[in-house]
Amino acid sequence: MDRPFWARPGPRSFLRVDFWTLGVLIIALLIAIPLFAVLTLALSPSDDIWQHLLDTVLAKYVWTTLSLMLGVGIGTTVIGTATAWLVTMCRFPGRGLFNWALLLPLAVPAYVLAFVVTDQLEYAGTVQTTLRMLFNWESRQDYWFPEIRSLPGAITVMTLVLYPYVYLLARAAFMEQSICVLDVSRTLGNGPWKSFFKVALPLARPAIVIGVTLALMEALNDLGTVEFFAVNTFTSGIYDVWLNMNSRSGAAQLASVLLIFVLTLIALERAARRGQRYHHTSGKYSALPSYRLHGMKALVAFLACAVPLGFGFLLPAGVLLSYSLNFYQETLAANYFQYVANSLTLSSIAAIGSVLIGLFMAYGVRLNGSAIVRMATRFASIGYAVPGAVLAIGIIIPLGAFDNAVDAFLQRTLGISSGLFISGTIVAVIYGYTARFLALSYGTLEASLGKITPSMDGAARTLGQGPGATLRRVHLPLVRGSLLTAGLLVFVDCMKELPLTLILRPFNYDTLSTFVFQYASNEQLEHSALGALTIVAAGIIPVVLLSWGIIQSRPGQDRNGRVEVNK
Amino acid sequence: MKTLNSLLTHISYGVFAVCAGLSFAAAPAQAEDPQEVNLYSYRQPFLIQPMLDAFTKQSGIKVNTVFADKGMLEKIRAAGANNPADAVLTVDIGRLNELKEAGLLQSVTSPTLSANIPAHLRHPDGLWFGLTVRARMVLTSKERVAEGAIASLQDLADPKLGKSICIRSGKHAYNIALIASVIAHEGEAGAETWLRGLKANLARKPQGNDRAQAKGIYEGVCDIALTNNYYMGYMATNDKQPEQKDWANAVRVVFLDQNGRGQHVNVSGAAVTSTAKNRDNAVKLLEFLSGDLAQGMYAAQNHEYPVKSGVEWSAMVKSWGTFKIDNLALEEIAKNRKAASKLVDKVGFNDGPNS
Repeated sequence: MDRPFWARPGPRSFLRVDFWTLGVLIIALLIAIPLFAVLTLALSPSDDIWQHLLDTVLAKYVWTTLSLMLGVGIGTTVIGTATAWLVTMCRFPGRGLFNWALLLPLAVPAYVLAFVVTDQLEYAGTVQTTLRMLFNWESRQDYWFPEIRSLPGAITVMTLVLYPYVYLLARAAFMEQSICVLDVSRTLGNGPWKSFFKVALPLARPAIVIGVTLALMEALNDLGTVEFFAVNTFTSGIYDVWLNMNSRSGAAQLASVLLIFVLTLIALERAARRGQRYHHTSGKYSALPSYRLHGMKALVAFLACAVPLGFGFLLPAGVLLSYSLNFYQETLAANYFQYVANSLTLSSIAAIGSVLIGLFMAYGVRLNGSAIVRMATRFASIGYAVPGAVLAIGIIIPLGAFDNAVDAFLQRTLGISSGLFISGTIVAVIYGYTARFLALSYGTLEASLGKITPSMDGAARTLGQGPGATLRRVHLPLVRGSLLTAGLLVFVDCMKELPLTLILRPFNYDTLSTFVFQYASNEQLEHSALGALTIVAAGIIPVVLLSWGIIQSRPGQDRNGRVEVNK
Repeated sequence: MKTLNSLLTHISYGVFAVCAGLSFAAAPAQAEDPQEVNLYSYRQPFLIQPMLDAFTKQSGIKVNTVFADKGMLEKIRAAGANNPADAVLTVDIGRLNELKEAGLLQSVTSPTLSANIPAHLRHPDGLWFGLTVRARMVLTSKERVAEGAIASLQDLADPKLGKSICIRSGKHAYNIALIASVIAHEGEAGAETWLRGLKANLARKPQGNDRAQAKGIYEGVCDIALTNNYYMGYMATNDKQPEQKDWANAVRVVFLDQNGRGQHVNVSGAAVTSTAKNRDNAVKLLEFLSGDLAQGMYAAQNHEYPVKSGVEWSAMVKSWGTFKIDNLALEEIAKNRKAASKLVDKVGFNDGPNS
């Protein structure tokens, strides 16, 4: 079989390196264009914006944002890791269900949960009404109830919808861990708890870190939820400077500070585990041991899984369902089925595209770990931390310039006008999704490839396989589950995506989330409850697929989930 | 594995083919067709679609729309001469003025528009036009606040009032416009004193939307709330969610400063872009929206005040009676928005009464 030139083994090895390096650099550059646009915008002067912010609210913004990150970081880590460990290593009632159901809150847009939670918990909501009835309280002066629209409220809601990132990656990591290391740990006299903290958790750290990073970036770029809870974060400041103080450069400067902050955090975390390796040196897999839990322990395990699932998914889905029963006509009267089709089309294309690009970049970095390549990929996958509408501006400006340049060129040479070639088409939306969500696919695949020992690459290459063939024949089969994970994460996030879709979409083009937003922004989310419920439902199918795929993909298990011992 | 690989290859070809295809198929409705007009709307489609449909029915001109709550200005500017949007609809004066300042609007002279829209609700050179008026009025508890106890914006800052006012975020465009109007009337120092007084009288940290403030009165959290008039209209006539009628029933509507400068109002409006390809159709659309039929729909369905005189108000809105409007030029409000936003930061308005 003829291999392409770059994959051919032999003396032209410099070409081989060049293809992957160059490819990664070019793609990274294309994906990072919106970020460069924001940074460029930040270079123009912004009058007295900084002085004003320093004098007034900047310290508050920073403090609130850090508190939010700390809260969401701790919340998602604890819930995500604990539930992942429980369903992977323990047997207790409901485990089979929790195994996949724990992912479901991922499909719930944070602003929907925020709406539902406040609706239920505030004074006129079900909870307080019931309490008043039970205890014969007359008015709100008669009892104390925590302030719902507050920072703790925002942290709770974000934790509930974001912990699945950590759960997903931690669970994959626990499942992919060779049982030998756990056996060794047990042989050395460590109990289940100690094995978890001393062996399994440290080994899963890269995966957990990526999950938490994704959750934190999402918390940082969020506007809808923090606005709902009356919490003023750095991101609310960015929008305020942009829209109320009418300073684009000021907003871009704030966004750039946010970018630098996130890059620094990531770099610090990497530095903290420099020199450590996380891949498994043994290929032996056998059935994971299961600690059978009884009585109190089983109950605690059950509750630990049931509570996040209940509040993160069952509650919002149930409330949306009850609204839908009342208001479904309005949604159906609109172009509902077209919206569903549009959402699915955009999300599927973006998911496939992001996985291909993420895989290419993650493998390119594995082949050529030079600092410049690493930096380029890290930078390109940071669009997730930028507030969506700001990223959209970063896309509009270069796309408009590109379209106008093409148009001018064609008019000059051929005398025809191409108008806006990409701006205002769904290609622009898909490009935006990729720039925003590459972190999800790249992060997932990077973590997964990192667990494959480099001696595999060495062996394949010794046997005369080029990098392309090695990827195809060695790595792809091993990271199959993560490909699926990456694709479905991007898919679910695209279904929920709002700010980019709103700004970049063509005329007369609505998705489920833009449809829901027009009502939500007019304080009438309930009128579009069926639309919101569909977003949630559309997330369930991939989530189920995802769970099934991951279980199937565990090395050492055959198609029926049976275990092949010591092959 | 070979199958997976070839699948991936096929998928990637597919993706590129689809992208290329879509970029042609879904190219924005470009100019030339004389029977179209392209609209960027800050207004929610479900509020405006009935009027647009009526326009298409009457004129045969198709209206293509995109709704977004931010980023329109950047979109128009980035597209340069190829900008596809002929007209823009906004929900307050801030966005209109911003587009004007950026040089993205063109002057429109139309006898119809001049006849339908009072001079103080449109730009002198026809750069923008107000289509509906919305009053940012006060609601007071029927039970706990005596009629006439609150009569002016200054009354809201009176220390005697105590912690009794509910309001949404000070950074919301509607409140920014209100504060900007106070700055325009009383200067920054006067506005600061007023805003500090208002903050001290808040019952809770600014939060929620306008409806939530009326609900706050109903729940006993506060006695006084600020809201745009049409939310009161929605709530009072909401047959599907009768609980909202209870919220509306708990409150009395108060127009402010009737013995002084008049009630602060804002407009929803429209403008024609400087690079409009379907300029004539855009002007026709604006003329239609300022005409009897569309104005009547705005009034009846959205509970807004029509700009055209003689158009009937909704029954609910009519029941509140007529009122004196603050005749401050809308551009004065727009000009002071930045100062208003800074003032909100300076007094820590959004931190609530206990900070």
